[in-house]
Amino acid sequence: MSNVMDLILSSNYFKLFELPVDFNIDEPQLTARYRQMQLAVHPDRFVNATDQERRLSVQHAATINEAYETLRDSMLRARYLLSLNGISWDDERDTVMDTEFLMQQIEMREALADVTEQPDPLSAAGDMLDRVQSLIGQRTGKLSDCFTQQDMQSARDIVRQLQFLYKLRQEAESLEAELEDAL
Amino acid sequence: MALLQISEPGESTAPHEHRLAAGIDLGTTNSLVATVRSGEADTLADAENSHLLPSVVRYVDGAAPVVGIAAHEQSAIDPANTIVSVKRLMGRGIVDIKHLGSQLPYEFVETDTAVPRMRTIAGDVSAVQVSAEILKTLKNRAEQTLGGELDGAVITVPAYFDDAQRQATKDAAKLAGLNVLRLLNEPTAAAIAYGLDNDAEGVFAIYDLGGGTFDISILRLNKGVFEVLATAGDSALGGDDMDIVIARWIIEQAGLDENPDPGLSRQLMNLARDAKETLTEQQQTEICLELETDKPWATVLTRGQMNTLIDPLISKTLSPCRRALRDAGVKTDQINDVVMVGGSTRVLQVRERVKDFFAREPLVDIDPDKVVAMGAARQADILVGNKPDDEMLLLDVIPLSLGLETMGGLVEKIIHRNTTIPVARAQEFTTYKDGQGAMSIHVLQGERETVDASRSLARFALRDIPPMVAGAARIRVTFQVDADGLLSVTAQEQTSGVQSSIEVKPSYGLTDTEIETMLRDSMDHAQEDMETRRLREQQVEADRVIEALQAAMAEDADVYMDPDEREQIEQALQALISMRAETDQAGLIKKEIAKLEKACGAYVERRMNASIQKAMSGHSVSEFD
Repeated sequence: MSNVMDLILSSNYFKLFELPVDFNIDEPQLTARYRQMQLAVHPDRFVNATDQERRLSVQHAATINEAYETLRDSMLRARYLLSLNGISWDDERDTVMDTEFLMQQIEMREALADVTEQPDPLSAAGDMLDRVQSLIGQRTGKLSDCFTQQDMQSARDIVRQLQFLYKLRQEAESLEAELEDAL
Repeated sequence: MALLQISEPGESTAPHEHRLAAGIDLGTTNSLVATVRSGEADTLADAENSHLLPSVVRYVDGAAPVVGIAAHEQSAIDPANTIVSVKRLMGRGIVDIKHLGSQLPYEFVETDTAVPRMRTIAGDVSAVQVSAEILKTLKNRAEQTLGGELDGAVITVPAYFDDAQRQATKDAAKLAGLNVLRLLNEPTAAAIAYGLDNDAEGVFAIYDLGGGTFDISILRLNKGVFEVLATAGDSALGGDDMDIVIARWIIEQAGLDENPDPGLSRQLMNLARDAKETLTEQQQTEICLELETDKPWATVLTRGQMNTLIDPLISKTLSPCRRALRDAGVKTDQINDVVMVGGSTRVLQVRERVKDFFAREPLVDIDPDKVVAMGAARQADILVGNKPDDEMLLLDVIPLSLGLETMGGLVEKIIHRNTTIPVARAQEFTTYKDGQGAMSIHVLQGERETVDASRSLARFALRDIPPMVAGAARIRVTFQVDADGLLSVTAQEQTSGVQSSIEVKPSYGLTDTEIETMLRDSMDHAQEDMETRRLREQQVEADRVIEALQAAMAEDADVYMDPDEREQIEQALQALISMRAETDQAGLIKKEIAKLEKACGAYVERRMNASIQKAMSGHSVSEFD
């Protein structure tokens, strides 16, 4: 007996949420379908069920969460769409990047390293995070155009830049946690 | 099984008995139990009409421990045997406890296990056992008030509790003989109580400052869906810390030794707490110290002085607030209301600072001590099955990132903080030596990048990896966090399909054997013995399975079972029913349950699929092929 979720997921997340395969997404529809499905499978609905059902429920709810998160986040959605179009890459090996972007990354990383030298390091780290966030926002805005114009190459480049920025954000968060621990 | 709602809501509400469920707020300073009666959630009082149970346990020689007010009254006289604020020790190792400060009057026993134990007159006890005593007292209170055995309980934990702290809480409940329906995050519980009572919609911030823990949660409430957008906090910051700075001030003013003896230390902490509480009503308060050697010493503490003392602690709560807002992607002006939870939010300076930070008057109209237990009771009532048509949906998050140790003592994050639970992520590993048969995985929690600065959760040893050349094995390790926020790990070798066995060595938690031993020990005092308890557990489980399966079959056996399968399932069901009626051996019932579950495996899966398809408005599986 194959599992309906596996079938769905081996096909396509967009179908799960009854959405057209497109970067520009109907968010209310996404959210409404997400809730509808979680109401059917969430572990809270299976507290008194058998162990087997409880296990299945956790698995299904996790799968739906994964699909939802992928479609909700612009970078993950774009990367997913690219992979549906047969465009994928090896993050470790494929390191060629736009020079201007790389320069900016180096500058930002230096700024991050200098955070601890600032008079108020914690708010400096917060400012840094706001800055990364705004860079992420700018690129996300451009993604929509790329997909509308079917420009997959540019979409791919932006997604790769976004991956860099997500990593930078994670490092800034980690620094913030370190500063908080030191309080 | 009965919960699988294939029928339309309201269509097939077969009358069923009302089940008894409770919500328990296991607090640092006080604990409460609440239940839903006639649609209203209320906290339950003891015989003296007191709702708050001080989370204090005093161990005495040759008798059952004393819990609550009576124990609290003796805390300064018998500090070594009277355990207070035990929540701060849950899921902690000996190093953490030393870090908590020298104010703990207990003598810790050096053991070879991961769990520290305190030496008392009644023997060595762990934090889990102490918490179990508090839970037992609340369980008894609920059962006496409701006139029956509890079918289940929802127990609240700080949202910022890590995996070890959650597991310790669940272990304590198990030890207290409670069926845990769910571990629920305290701010989420408060949001349920607040949201359901006020028909609230929009984005809310729950600021929860308790005796020993601080949480901030940002939630979106919409048509019965409680979606946690982000949570942050500090699981070692609370009213206790205010008491400590006030007590230090008294020490300084009175010219006492910096390290007072345990009795005086407890007296100082109690005085500090009283002063803090009085200063929420008055501008100043007198502090009188009874010293053995001298005549009584007294001084005056003003509200302004206290505010200066505690202000740095309040500032420490604001940085998590900023972080939670950022993670949630929400600005303060997008927040509909700020709800204050936890006894420490009675402190006026806390309210003042929160008001400044969020630029709005925080809500204090629900009793900040009771709101968490009330929300937990609401959730328990639904989970136990008393409201089958309820459409409430709770989507909570994991508070701290989960990661793995990689080369050079670094941590690679695999599940990021504020990811909605349940969540499952898989990671592939390979062998680095020819014929390598085992591998070790170190799981860590926290936001920091190095192993040293992160919290070690457990080490998993993968064994039985089939012999292959280096790099050929592909071991897929799946990390799953369930709806209680608890992590489990499974591993499978992909090329051979061999399920690698995993040996878990929790860094802080109790092992299953230790829990078993504690259960056995606790039985020495009780009437029922271990075997009776096991039998009772299996009987309850058998009843649940029988009831669930019968209800499901009545609904749709015709649709989802073929005749052969049906015959097998009915045979297995009959076998379980007879065994349940005849035997007094837990093991035999367990075996029949397992057989039945195996027999109806395919049927259960088919029903589950059908319910998902139904949620997807009747699309057939073939559309996804």
